[in-house]
Amino acid sequence: MSLTKAERTIITSMWGKVSTQADSIGTEALERLFTSYPQTKTYFPHFDLHPGSAQLRAHGSKVVAAVGDAVKSIDNIAGALSKLSELHAYILRVDPVNFKLLSHCLLVTVAARFPADFTAEAHAAWDKFLSVVSSVLTEKYR
Amino acid sequence: MSLTKAERTIIASMWGKVSTQADSIGTEALERLFTSYPQTKTYFPHFDLHPGSAQLRAHGSKVVAAVGDAVKSIDNIAGALSKLSELHAYILRVDPVNFKLLSHCLLVTVAARFPADFTAEAHAAWDKFLSVVSSVLTEKYR
Repeated sequence: MSLTKAERTIITSMWGKVSTQADSIGTEALERLFTSYPQTKTYFPHFDLHPGSAQLRAHGSKVVAAVGDAVKSIDNIAGALSKLSELHAYILRVDPVNFKLLSHCLLVTVAARFPADFTAEAHAAWDKFLSVVSSVLTEKYR
Repeated sequence: MSLTKAERTIIASMWGKVSTQADSIGTEALERLFTSYPQTKTYFPHFDLHPGSAQLRAHGSKVVAAVGDAVKSIDNIAGALSKLSELHAYILRVDPVNFKLLSHCLLVTVAARFPADFTAEAHAAWDKFLSVVSSVLTEKYR
C-alpha cells in the first residue's frame, strides 16, 4: 500500500495546520484512547494517566512529533521511523491492534479541531497514511 | 514484513507435502471457514456451500493453487499475485478481516494433516507467509 501523489499533498498541506496544535492533539488523542479503550492503559503502568498529567502531555508530544517525522519524510516513512520501529518490535511490543485504535483517536481529534479541512477525501488520506505508519512500526515484530 | 531465509526454506519444503493434498486442503479450509465464521458466506451467494459440493471443491482448488503460486515465487509474491490482487481490489472487495479467518482455517487444516511437520517454528513461518499473501491481496484496495 502506498500513498498517491494527491494523498501526499493533502497530508503535507494539512500538516501545516495540525502541527500548530501538535502537543495538545497528541495529548487529546491519548486521553481519548485511554477513555474509549481502557485496555490500552496496560502499556503505561508507570504513568500518571489522569487527564492533564505532565507525563501524558509529554508523551502526546512525542507521538505527534513522530507522526510529523513521517509527514516530513512521506516518501520514505520506513526510513524515517526505522528506530521507532525497532523500539516497538524489540522493547515495547505494543499489540498491533492498538495502532488502529490510536490512529482512530488521532483522526477523531484532528476532525474535531479542523472540521472544514477534514473532508471525506482528507479523512481517507489520513487514515491511509496512519495505516502506513502503523505498518512500519509493526514490520519488525517478526 | 519480509520472510527470512529460514522461513522460506520451511515453507518451500513443507509445500512439497502440502501440495500432494492441495485440492482437499483447500476445500476443507473453506468448509471450516463457512462453519466457524458463517458471515463469510456473504461473498458466495451464487454457490452451493454444502460440504462436498462441486463448487466448493473447485473453489478450494483455486485458493490453494494461488497459495502454491505464492510459494513458487516466494521471493516476489506481489508479482506472482498481482492479477489476483487487482481482482480482490476492484471486483471481489473481500473485507480484509476475512483474510485472517481464511489463513487461520488453512493453518488448522494443514496442522491436522501434517502434525509432525507443523512444529511451532513451521506454524510461525506459515502464519507469516499467509499474512504476506493477505497483504498483497489487499494492497490495491485503496
